[in-house]
Amino acid sequence: MKITKTLDAKGLACPMPIVKTKKAMDTINSGEVLEVVATDKGALSDIPAWAKSGGHTILEQKTEDDLLYFYIQKA
Amino acid sequence: MTVNKWTAATVARKVIDNEELFILDVRNADAFEDWKIDGHKFEYLNIPYFELLDGVEEILPKIPTDKEVLVVCAKEGSSVMVAEMLSEAGREVAYLEGGMKSWSSYLEPIKVADLPNGGELYQFVRLGKGCLSYMVISEGEAAIIDAVRFTDIFTNFAKDKGVEIKHVFDTHLHADHISGGRHIAAETGATYYLPPKDATEVVFDYTPLNDGLNVKIGSSQIDVNALYSPGHTIGSTSFVIDNQYLLTGDILFIDSIGRPDLAGLAEDWVGDLRETLYTRYRELAEDLVVLPAHFMIIDELNEDGTVAKRLGDLFKENHGLNIEDEDEFRSTVTDNLPPQPNAYEQIRQVNMGKITPDNDEQTEMEIGPNRCAVR
Repeated sequence: MKITKTLDAKGLACPMPIVKTKKAMDTINSGEVLEVVATDKGALSDIPAWAKSGGHTILEQKTEDDLLYFYIQKA
Repeated sequence: MTVNKWTAATVARKVIDNEELFILDVRNADAFEDWKIDGHKFEYLNIPYFELLDGVEEILPKIPTDKEVLVVCAKEGSSVMVAEMLSEAGREVAYLEGGMKSWSSYLEPIKVADLPNGGELYQFVRLGKGCLSYMVISEGEAAIIDAVRFTDIFTNFAKDKGVEIKHVFDTHLHADHISGGRHIAAETGATYYLPPKDATEVVFDYTPLNDGLNVKIGSSQIDVNALYSPGHTIGSTSFVIDNQYLLTGDILFIDSIGRPDLAGLAEDWVGDLRETLYTRYRELAEDLVVLPAHFMIIDELNEDGTVAKRLGDLFKENHGLNIEDEDEFRSTVTDNLPPQPNAYEQIRQVNMGKITPDNDEQTEMEIGPNRCAVR
């Protein structure tokens, strides 16, 4: 998987992880992949739900040492 | 337009006083479907906040201008954002301070009854979670039954009333919420009671709550009598207070009955549940007022916000008390049960003293409705 851009959303509380994810997505092209690293547990349900509503694809999602990683391919 | 901040207490008053309110819930659809702020006259619109990042113009026509509007989310942050956007669009709205997290934690103490010689019986209604706790007060002393984990609420209430907490009871080992019972007892020097059959795995000291146990509160000796009533758990115990009030724990609710499966033994305990509801309770006076440990739906609240009903009326109206056929009863309470409460196995472990999560983790475990009943 080729990551085009990484967004550090660690320590941010809802709604900021999504607000920043959306802004970052606006800077990449269709088919490219954004990596998001967050700590807010709300992101676990919100990022997939947001991605789905925008037609983006979550290629992978994992949790390591309390860090939440999302790999989102732009629609 | 200004953005107002409402506390959970403000919203609780609106629920109890049957006021109108329009709630814009900006959580995920799943979260909203699962659990929301219920009110008799509340209207709802659920739009996840992340669908409003580009603006609120599209939803403006759906938001009334002739009633109060409250924006709600999980913790607060997103509701503030959306409330500010609505405000910029010229609407006056409020957001819920602390979000559903604080709604889940809020307790409203309501007086259920005056007892002889100045005694009082209070019900602590946890609207967001449907938990009901009780405090019996009489001449300087208090007993608490099924305290939730916000121990300060109870100890401060006792202080305000000038009473000393002497006895703390749990009707059973809870699976839907974390008990504050033993912590209140440790803090105040009160005796903490738990039914021994529910306590086989607990790792702390407790006083056995056995059938027929009697304690007297205050010098006028308000009676608190224990009545073994298994079925929700094998140890479940009810209380009769002052020969007038029946605290049923999670065995009998206003519009439903207890479920026997949360400790994993539905098949074994269904017979006990039947025996308690159809034999033991039938031997009690019909004029007893039932005070359960939960409510499931807002319709179970009385006009003053209490959850209470005459036992004789429940014998007539509660579906779970009117299933004549034993096999049908068995299948009602073991088949097609509703989903189990959030994190119920972990919550049982906490209540046994086996794990000690921090406050945030406890809040997380308790999110969602209680789901202790079968309708």
